[in-house]
Amino acid sequence: MIKCDTPKEIGGMGHSMKRKEDDRFIQGKGNYVDDIKLPGMLYMDIVRSPYAYAKIKKINTDAAMAIDGVVAVVDGKALEQYNLHWMPTLMSDTQMVLPTDTVMYQAQEVCAVIATSRYAARDGKEAVIVEYEPMKPLMDPYKALNDDAPLLRPDKEGKTDNHIWNWKAGDKEKTDKVFEEADVTVKEQMHIPRIHVASIETCGCVADYDKVNNHLTMYMTTQAPHAIRTVIALVAGHVGLTEEKIRVISPDIGGGFGGKVPVYPGYVIAIAVSFLVGKPVKWIEDRSENLQADSFARDYHITAEMAATKEGKILATRFKILADHGYTDASANPSKFPTGLYSIGTGSYDYGASYMEADAVYTNKPPGGVAYRCSFRVTEAVHAIERITDRLALEIGKDPAQLRMENFIKKEDFPWKSPTGWEYDSGDYHAGLQKAMDAVGYDELRKEQAEKRAKGELMGIGISTFTEIVGAGPSKDFDILGIKMFDSAEIRVHPTGKAIARFGTKSQGQGHETTYAQIIAQELGIPMEHIQVEEGDTDTAPYGLGTYASRSTPTAGAAAAVAARKLRDKAKKIAAYLLEVSEEDLEWEPGKFFVKGAPEKSKTIQELVFAAYTNHPQGMEAGFETTHYYDPPNLTFPSGAYICVVDIDKETGQIDVRRFVAIDDCGNIINPMIVQGQVHGGLTQGIAPAMYESLIYDDDGNILNGTFMDYLVPTAVESPSWETGHTVTPSPHHPIGAKGVGESPTVGAPPAIANAIVDAMSHLGVTHMEIPITPFKVWKTLKEKGAI
Amino acid sequence: MIPAPFDYYAPTTLDEAISLLQELGDEAKILAGGHSLLPMMKLRFASPEQLIDINNIPGLSYIKEEDGFLKIGALTKEAELEHSDTIPGKYPIFLDATKLIADPQVRNMGTIGGNLAHGDAANDHPAVMLAMRAEVVATGPEGQRTIPIDEFFYGFYMTALGETDILTEIRIPIPAAGTGNAYHKLERKVGDYATAGVAVQLTLDSEGVCTYAGIGLTNVNPTPLRAERSEQALLGNKLTEEVIAQAAQFASEDCNPSDDLRGDEEYKRAMVGVLTKRMIHKAMERAQ
Amino acid sequence: MTKEITITLNGEKQSLEVEPRLLLVHLIRENLNQTGTHIGCDTSSCGACTILVDGKSIKSCTMLAIQADGKEIITVEGLATTEGLHPIQEGFKENHGLHCGFCTPGMMMRAVELLENNPNPTEEEIRWGISGNLCRCTGYNNIVKAIQYAGAKIRGDELPSTEPEFV
Repeated sequence: MIKCDTPKEIGGMGHSMKRKEDDRFIQGKGNYVDDIKLPGMLYMDIVRSPYAYAKIKKINTDAAMAIDGVVAVVDGKALEQYNLHWMPTLMSDTQMVLPTDTVMYQAQEVCAVIATSRYAARDGKEAVIVEYEPMKPLMDPYKALNDDAPLLRPDKEGKTDNHIWNWKAGDKEKTDKVFEEADVTVKEQMHIPRIHVASIETCGCVADYDKVNNHLTMYMTTQAPHAIRTVIALVAGHVGLTEEKIRVISPDIGGGFGGKVPVYPGYVIAIAVSFLVGKPVKWIEDRSENLQADSFARDYHITAEMAATKEGKILATRFKILADHGYTDASANPSKFPTGLYSIGTGSYDYGASYMEADAVYTNKPPGGVAYRCSFRVTEAVHAIERITDRLALEIGKDPAQLRMENFIKKEDFPWKSPTGWEYDSGDYHAGLQKAMDAVGYDELRKEQAEKRAKGELMGIGISTFTEIVGAGPSKDFDILGIKMFDSAEIRVHPTGKAIARFGTKSQGQGHETTYAQIIAQELGIPMEHIQVEEGDTDTAPYGLGTYASRSTPTAGAAAAVAARKLRDKAKKIAAYLLEVSEEDLEWEPGKFFVKGAPEKSKTIQELVFAAYTNHPQGMEAGFETTHYYDPPNLTFPSGAYICVVDIDKETGQIDVRRFVAIDDCGNIINPMIVQGQVHGGLTQGIAPAMYESLIYDDDGNILNGTFMDYLVPTAVESPSWETGHTVTPSPHHPIGAKGVGESPTVGAPPAIANAIVDAMSHLGVTHMEIPITPFKVWKTLKEKGAI
Repeated sequence: MIPAPFDYYAPTTLDEAISLLQELGDEAKILAGGHSLLPMMKLRFASPEQLIDINNIPGLSYIKEEDGFLKIGALTKEAELEHSDTIPGKYPIFLDATKLIADPQVRNMGTIGGNLAHGDAANDHPAVMLAMRAEVVATGPEGQRTIPIDEFFYGFYMTALGETDILTEIRIPIPAAGTGNAYHKLERKVGDYATAGVAVQLTLDSEGVCTYAGIGLTNVNPTPLRAERSEQALLGNKLTEEVIAQAAQFASEDCNPSDDLRGDEEYKRAMVGVLTKRMIHKAMERAQ
Repeated sequence: MTKEITITLNGEKQSLEVEPRLLLVHLIRENLNQTGTHIGCDTSSCGACTILVDGKSIKSCTMLAIQADGKEIITVEGLATTEGLHPIQEGFKENHGLHCGFCTPGMMMRAVELLENNPNPTEEEIRWGISGNLCRCTGYNNIVKAIQYAGAKIRGDELPSTEPEFV
């Protein structure tokens, strides 16, 4: 049940309030980075490498400099003078800002052209002549580990191979023993392909350095303005740009999905140029630059294994991973977790043994990977567990829904300790799957499938019952570059009872201006219409780690609730004073305190706030504002049960997603309309890698689909009409019982789709298909199996 | 993405446009709908020194039946084909094709003349025109000439249009009674170029014998391809499953697709076969 | 070489000198400072720059400013009137048809023409009708609802429910 105990006029939790941010967006008054125009602003365009691996022999800028309007061309050597040519990645690796001698992937930044107009900058870019000495790139991550592979990062002291790190979780010995003794073991090799967030707004910035005041204002597309400010200070502190002199403003963001977490070279070059020339510098990527050079997501090669009894009791899982990070590990992960939260990959099932091991390697590809609408590698983990669970079902001839029902962690067993060390907070997996099966008409569909098979037609039903892990995270384990992953809220209520609330997070479409206001309205009784939410300005907002990995509600949302409760406590003291009773005699209902047994004796929150400025008790601090930094005691564990139905045209391999039912459990719901919207969007970003998207390189390191003509973002035609629903299992440790939902659908949908397609062909001997599953792949597989 | 600088001309008569072509030489390009040319220019794959925008020349946009032909002015937008009253009855093949060309906004700008004049085997109208035995009217310094569609495409992105010619009209013989036509392409997502596309036009007599067969193929050959052996297999025959299968087989043998992200040669050949079969069936239904 | 052009942008007639290669989207955003129209790709694939030129929805990144000479242009800034929001704007807001808002102006401008041609489209017609516009956030369900809502409003029919079907 959705909790909803404030009247609509207050608009607390559970109301589908219309979004406060929409008025500006629907009237063309959003303020995105490329909308910012400053007096005297220069434009930057970036020359990029046509080769994946090459020595730079010479950069000839004469023709470019001769173009009217071109002001400067900046290369790595120029930055080297200021020691700004390298920067740290979020995983404490190092990344070139601009190369001084070698380019490491196709489309890498080589030099930057600065001009007085966008058009002149582009002409200048075309006119720069770079001489390269191309080398054979290393594209295959497995070959990168061979002894005879060329060493890609000789710049790293003591490095003798392309291996970056090794990571393990779980109990190897115990797991190996279970596998040795198990009745049944299954194994599949799978690749979770390299993909791109492809937010419709690309990345960009306006760097505005004020020489007189030694102050930088950086308008940029970032999901984490505070962390970025700190990173800039770390990179540029030595040239005098210390943290108090830096203001990062993240204006409206046209979709982030994780891709706007990293610091890209373009941002740093723009800052450097603005610093050197003392004028604002704008840099806005093209789509092709965005697809070809910005951080990728995924690219995990996984060997997944499952052990079980012949009756289908799951006993253990084992995962071996090879992570292709490109030329530098620029993952956006918490410091202690090089594979992110992959270790949630034991899934929703009750068993005691699991072992996971990962190795990361360098190749001549763009660096990454970002947590693309995914809590740090959960998508990869969920794909592996949900696919291998279906593989087991197939092996032992058990219905995949039945197999799941029999192995789910039971509702009463929470909090539940996973074999890789997590403590799942709450869940009701049986209820979720049952609801999804009822909604889709599961039993009927299985009958229909049997009839169709008898006629030679292909129809499949795929299930994914996943557990997410979000809300990073508790400071004892979670940090990025040493900064703990709490988040913050500051609430100031003005004398007339209207409020402004500021946060360390940054919405990129999630609707924070609405949902945070609802949380505060819930706790304080001030109508959400009267609560202005502000994010994205490091000069005004309290420090926070930003919005990604579904962490805003679990962290900043919690901070909002706790801060509001602190203020409510203060209001109670004032009420006791004004009503001349003790605090124990007061009761709260949304919007007012009243005296127990005498409801006519009451004070509204507006009266109490006014009193905080005009008539507060002696000894009490005046004003009505507070800040809270919320350090979560645990992560939250949303879950979902998804069922996908596909029909396959045997002759062409075309796949029609006939139905897709998604039941999500994200705990208590703040705004059902927004939660549903998040689920819809995430599902379309789930069908994308399952059937359409992947970044493809040839052996020479050329990207083959670096524009929207070939990188196939689904339109409204490819995207099915999603059917969504929910169950509610509140998080016991979160102040409002919420869990976070943004990523769940992107995490849960791909295996449901893959499972459906494999299910359609499983009677032909198909046990696995690599995503994206295209008509071409389906047709080839059918051909191989002799079905056509 | 920004094009390189160029000079711009906007003639208001055909004569003026042709004179400009003569005067400016081969660095000048005609701008019609611009949806093939401008993206190439923005990516700087093309940098013409002059653009001759023919959109201000009146009288080049129409759809009419006249003198035994369906005549389509070269500047007719794809969207106008979609919404024309003349098209649905005898020419549903155009509705099949236009729905699959790019997207609505592009179809508001893209012209049928541009689609053909670009000479791209991945475009959809060439196959349709091959199936319908269209003629292309080219206007040049010497006046008008008519080029049968079979002689129009030659070589990769090459057409029979001379350097000073402007494609001004497409003429399609009005189909006889008992004619049906259909087009479909497989695409990776809506608006994509074809993995493979097949256009079919058939005329069946009262006995069900095929008296006309036209089959054109999209994006499975360096040039738009007419599947002649397939047509021959149908002509003079009642269209039994065996006959249709033979035609489909010939089409898949006679095309020359190359491997790319859309699929490999084997897949594309197979898809030509499947689509040929399906489009023959659809055309037969429509011929009733 | 520049040329003077005259356009009517959201009802206001203006004359400007333009370079032939100036893209219409840059004219609108940079020269005329109407930044509601966005740029999302290089290949006329995404539709974020969709505007109305003489009533037809077009991608302003693939039209030269100079080609707009003498034409009437409407962008997202020209949708609302003194009477209030345009039905399509209301539809998007009431039905949560947007998240980040970046594709929204282009999506709405496309929908305006779609409804002009077909005031009562089916879901399939809407989906095909907006197939030239990419949205990365919404999953399209609510955009379809928004357009259906606007259609009903334009037709004067009873408005469909805007409650989420999140059961």
